[in-house]
Amino acid sequence: MTEKKSCLKGVGLTKVFGLGRNKNMAVDHVDFDFAEGEIVSIVGESGSGKTTLAKMLLGLINTTEGEIYFKSKKRDIRSQKAKKEYWTNIQAIFQDPFSSYNIFNKIDALFLDCINMRGGKKLPYEKKLEMMTEACSFVNLKFAELTNKYPFELSGGQMQRLMIARIFLLKPQILLADEPTSMIDACSRATILDMLLKLRNDTGMTIIFITHDIGLAYFVSDKVFIMEHGKFVESGTADEVILRPKEAYTKRLLNDVPKIHEEWDLSTVDIKAK
Amino acid sequence: MKHTLQQVFHSSKFVTGFCIFAAILLTVIIYPIFVPNPPLEIIAQGSFFPPGTYVSTYDTVFSSKAYTLNLPDAAAKRIAAKLGDKERQDIKDYLVLVGVPEAEIDTTNTIQLLSQWDKNYDPSKKISGMIFSKVRYYERLNKSLTGLLSEEGLILAAPNIDTGALEQIGTINLADYVNIKEVASVRTLPLGTDNFGRDVLTELVRATSVSLKIGLIAGLIATFIGLTLGLLGGYIGGTVDDVIMFITNLFTVIPSFVLLILISYSVGQEHRGPVMVATVIGFTSWVWTTRAVRSQVISLRNRDHVNLSKLSGHSLFHIITHDILPYIASYVVMALILQISSAILAEASLSVLGLGPKTSIDPTLGLMMNWAMIYQAQILGKWWAYFPVLIVIALITFSMNLMNTGLDQVFNPALRD
Repeated sequence: MTEKKSCLKGVGLTKVFGLGRNKNMAVDHVDFDFAEGEIVSIVGESGSGKTTLAKMLLGLINTTEGEIYFKSKKRDIRSQKAKKEYWTNIQAIFQDPFSSYNIFNKIDALFLDCINMRGGKKLPYEKKLEMMTEACSFVNLKFAELTNKYPFELSGGQMQRLMIARIFLLKPQILLADEPTSMIDACSRATILDMLLKLRNDTGMTIIFITHDIGLAYFVSDKVFIMEHGKFVESGTADEVILRPKEAYTKRLLNDVPKIHEEWDLSTVDIKAK
Repeated sequence: MKHTLQQVFHSSKFVTGFCIFAAILLTVIIYPIFVPNPPLEIIAQGSFFPPGTYVSTYDTVFSSKAYTLNLPDAAAKRIAAKLGDKERQDIKDYLVLVGVPEAEIDTTNTIQLLSQWDKNYDPSKKISGMIFSKVRYYERLNKSLTGLLSEEGLILAAPNIDTGALEQIGTINLADYVNIKEVASVRTLPLGTDNFGRDVLTELVRATSVSLKIGLIAGLIATFIGLTLGLLGGYIGGTVDDVIMFITNLFTVIPSFVLLILISYSVGQEHRGPVMVATVIGFTSWVWTTRAVRSQVISLRNRDHVNLSKLSGHSLFHIITHDILPYIASYVVMALILQISSAILAEASLSVLGLGPKTSIDPTLGLMMNWAMIYQAQILGKWWAYFPVLIVIALITFSMNLMNTGLDQVFNPALRD
């Protein structure tokens, strides 16, 4: 196996909320190294610090301690300009599609923002239209039907697909998907996951997939990190972690995956056909 | 947007409040077009003329045409106007005091009662135990009763310029009438006059318009300051928030009305126009808007759509104006409405204390209250000088609060029925 280039690396990342007695270590000295083009899952139950970690990686909240390296270079996002630069490289899909959109902005405005961010501000409108149509067709939506509509007029699944279309336009190097499928129904879930995989295959972006569903993590990821109380308790390739779990916590998470039938066993069925 | 407006106008509370407010606003705009008199023009000699239609006595006499109407109840009405139940009872009391047997007095028999009165009333007679004001009252009563039963008309006389002797120039019969439309000078004062002899209605309309302006200016200033500080403190957080909250808490602790009084006083009588008073009110009442806006912003700033906007590389200003402000816009409008109504009340309170705008052109609702209070309208029972003002203040604040509640019901899902 050839050594892949590091894309996002964290050393001793820590986030502390509160002071004194109320002190809460949301993320506790976490180290990781995500390679380019990998799909990495971070799995843990509610309150284990997954989302806090994601927000730190995105630069939405400050880190209490520790450093983040982007492409082996120390991340510096103190100025607004540097932040903007950083955010062309890392983007996110949030958990709740219904609260992810500004309800006062039309879908066109959302896409135009993305194009502007990629430096396409001066492009002719026809070109922009073409890009938007392409992005929509990537997620099986018709731009002609969406234009002049507000995001809240769509269904949850469509909204999340719109989010992926946005990522398609932005083409970041890293995509942080924070439980992108937890608020939508099972059918849309498969579609969304397929699209994420397709996106990875097409553009070679690193996807950090945050979920509480270990089955889902097994389905999509190359590497899995198990998070408990702000710490990574177990990590490794998906097969290693899920088929041969060492930690009790991981085993517990595995037991929580609903079994369709008692004969149905993850270890015997090869659903990971890639 | 259109949908929201539709929803707002479906709320019965909002519509009621809006109609009242629109009616007040329309009156304020339209009335001066029809009655262009200066609002503070002194037209009456004397104070507190009661509401009614005033007909020029002189013009009535020289009205171009005299009509004779033989109305059967004219005499009875004339007597009733002078001799009511109270007067009849007073006459009876007097007659009893001077020794007329009570059984002989019949208060319902006007002719007999008046003849008894004429026979027995003697202004020079001292009756023990009667207070002086009562004595004067009977003198006035006697004067007004003179000629009440007369069947004759009056003679009009004017002095001859050369000789100075009175010459008869006409007669007025009991059955003579004039048509009020043919009298040259008639003025209706629906709310009478105030202590300075000014038409209360014209003054009131003007005062309402000035007070609304004061409310609007003060409300806009307060909402602007409150909104800016609240947005900045709530969204940026950290040290900026601490500083803003420190100032806000400082203003919360100091009672704003005391501050208002002190500032109004120190500004001085000379500079205290309506705009100045509005500014002072605006600068002392922004506090709770700041707190309310800040708490709303704090609950919004960690929403995903704000994060998404950040990730799209938008600036702080863009995020505040596009991702935060539209979400709290309805709330801010409601705060503005409340600020306007409370500013109108604050102006009234200040003016009643004598710290209102200095004015010779523009009355305000508070000033009208102040004048009525200084000239003891409430003690003298001159209700028209202060009661309409109270009603207008109450209607303005009531309509605004009603609109506010209506809006709240539309925008706050928890209150929807």
